[in-house]
Amino acid sequence: MSGEKDLEQQKKEAAAKAKAAALAKMKAKEQGEAKEESPAEDMDLAKQKAAAAAKAKAAALAKMKAKEQGEAKEESPAEDMDLAKQKAAAAAKAKAAALAKQKAKEQGEAKEESPAEDLDIAKQKAAAAAKAKAAAAAKAKAAAQAKQAAGAGDGDDDDEKAKAIAAAKAKAAAAAKAKAAAQAKQAGGAGGDDEKAKAIAAAKAKAAAAAKAKLAAGGAGADDEKAKAIAAAKAKAAAAAAAKAKAAGGKADAEPAEEKKPSVNQPYLDKYVKVINENLGSDVLEDYYINNLSKDVPTLIVKADYYYKLAEFLKYNEQLGFDYLSELHGTDYETHMEVYVHLFSYKNTQSVALKVKIDRNEPTIDSLQPLWEGANWPECEAYDLLGIKFKNHPNLHRIMLGEEWVGYPLRKDYEPYDVEV
Amino acid sequence: MLRTEEMLLNVGPQHPSTHGVFRLVLKIDGEIIKEAKPVIGYLHRGTEKLAEDLQYTQIIPYTDRMDYVSAMTNNYVLCHAVETMMDIKVPERAEYLRVIAMELGRVASHLVWWGTYLLDLGATSPLLYAFREREMIINLLNELSGARLTFNYMRVGGVKWDAPEGWIEKVAEFIPYMREQLKGYHTLVTGNEIFLNRVKGIGKYTKEEAINFSLSGANLRCTGVKWDLRKNEPYSIYDRFDFDVPVQDGGDAWARYQVRLAEIEESLKILEQACEQFPAEGDILAKVPKIIKAPKGEAFVRIESPRGEIGCYIASDGKKEPYRLKFRRPSFYNLQILPKLLEGESIANLISILGAVDIILGEVDG
Repeated sequence: MSGEKDLEQQKKEAAAKAKAAALAKMKAKEQGEAKEESPAEDMDLAKQKAAAAAKAKAAALAKMKAKEQGEAKEESPAEDMDLAKQKAAAAAKAKAAALAKQKAKEQGEAKEESPAEDLDIAKQKAAAAAKAKAAAAAKAKAAAQAKQAAGAGDGDDDDEKAKAIAAAKAKAAAAAKAKAAAQAKQAGGAGGDDEKAKAIAAAKAKAAAAAKAKLAAGGAGADDEKAKAIAAAKAKAAAAAAAKAKAAGGKADAEPAEEKKPSVNQPYLDKYVKVINENLGSDVLEDYYINNLSKDVPTLIVKADYYYKLAEFLKYNEQLGFDYLSELHGTDYETHMEVYVHLFSYKNTQSVALKVKIDRNEPTIDSLQPLWEGANWPECEAYDLLGIKFKNHPNLHRIMLGEEWVGYPLRKDYEPYDVEV
Repeated sequence: MLRTEEMLLNVGPQHPSTHGVFRLVLKIDGEIIKEAKPVIGYLHRGTEKLAEDLQYTQIIPYTDRMDYVSAMTNNYVLCHAVETMMDIKVPERAEYLRVIAMELGRVASHLVWWGTYLLDLGATSPLLYAFREREMIINLLNELSGARLTFNYMRVGGVKWDAPEGWIEKVAEFIPYMREQLKGYHTLVTGNEIFLNRVKGIGKYTKEEAINFSLSGANLRCTGVKWDLRKNEPYSIYDRFDFDVPVQDGGDAWARYQVRLAEIEESLKILEQACEQFPAEGDILAKVPKIIKAPKGEAFVRIESPRGEIGCYIASDGKKEPYRLKFRRPSFYNLQILPKLLEGESIANLISILGAVDIILGEVDG
């Protein structure tokens, strides 16, 4: 009980601290300082602070602008989005605005200094908002990233966040574009150039960012990736990733880097392939790769004719010595059958996955039982449930279902047999 | 000399010392077993086929029913496989809860083995002692998960329930109690001469045979192979704990007995450290998508269950159900060596040898 109370108290204290820190941050930001040494250990705190700071800033700037224009500013659209989106959206707009400004400057139109008197009101608003956001976002982003990096507990969160950000950015970018288009129409001729400039800038930014965004996104799902590609607007994605990487110096950049550098098991795979090619010839293996999804296990796909020969080699070769069969099973891939064997060497403490594709209509393959006694029952199981026949198996029988069973249940086209039907 | 005739003897499928529905067809000459043919599959429920129509979270209850004496490790291996594919980082507090649950399960599992094995050998009272202690563990796990045996406790990315108030303290209190009881077990059984005669030199195999027959767990460590996936290929947070991997050189039932009892002690060590290090607060579930979809591809992971190496293979086509799910069930692999061990043995030793393998039929049959 008392322990629980202590917990409560600790939580309260932590919350109080977080608040204090957030206030400090806001102040610091108003002075244009991006703090690095955030004490916030957890992401949520960091995020909250960053978000709070960003909002405060955005609101302040927006008000100023609004006053200048004598208009009530639209409220920040960020409020109802989630934090990650807020950040991302703000960042996206900031970036777009910044790029547009650059372009505009290049074209000799010094729009940003003046409050754009000659444009119509809609445009003024848009420009002002973009600027405000640009300023706020830049700061917020820097701060948030610094904090995230400093407080990052783990790489995964970063990764997720990166994805979320990327996705959010995609949306933000789309929105920004839509707005820009609308404004361009409203603005007419003079505005048109400006908008075009923006569009061009955005397009360029996209092209540059797209590659980076993809990298940063890593394992994101297809949807995410699409979103990212579109989002490319996100020069930001790239910029954010880069900024993060820099600021983090740790987890954030460790991950993309890891994906680029070869797996720790790559040398083993190379060794296996080399030894196999030297001894059995180069046409034994159909393919080989590191399976990143499966703890980087070196995976060999062998041609069916060489399956037994290679297995024998894997077991008895001095350098390989896979003395232990960890797992053997079959899978019905509809176009073909596959037998998956996971071998392990107690001598070298190394694993290898051996796969072989076999004809689905006549699924027959050599038995590994003569090499590893442990393959005996698993092969019976594969025969029982998938109908794969193992040649030279001493006692191949339907180990689970019994000899009277009709059909092979683990085949994808299996229909249960019912005498009454 | 009398003329002897070979006889067929059916053991099981309903027989108390087969620990479930397991049948042995023996060819015997007098009392000597000439040939033994195991018949399995009575408890085959087609988990792997069923799983192809289920989402990953929905499969977890099915894993409870494979090794029903140590369901936590089964829960874990499935979640671990999906987490490996999706590259999910499990929050620290969840990892601790998982480890505590799994190690409690390991102790409970070894207690069941100890009690029933001695019951097989004719000693009734050890079962009562073992089940008394096991009951305490089950109560603890019940408080944690809401179920006594089929926990359905773990989730992809963490666990379903946080520890109730004061639960960690209860676990911590249980540890010294269990240590004390373990001493009693040794006094009661380990030095007993009748017992030693039933286990020493019985069901003996070598290290090479053990590896060749794909044995794992205590069945492998009893031959002197110091190999434990918790130690050698650490998963979860097992690399944070200081514990030993007990091994014996005998390769017989006696060695397996010693290894398992020593493993209880090591599990208690892990539990002790886990309770000490248990984070005061934190998430118990990582941020995972509502609908879990493993990326396209395949993965095979293996972890150390009380019975040996339990593995989970997932082939995914990117949908929310696995395309193919396969469990590497240690009891299934460990049982393969039985016909070889029984050849030439007397029927009386059959029970001792079978018991020492420590099989769970739910796991053998999948």
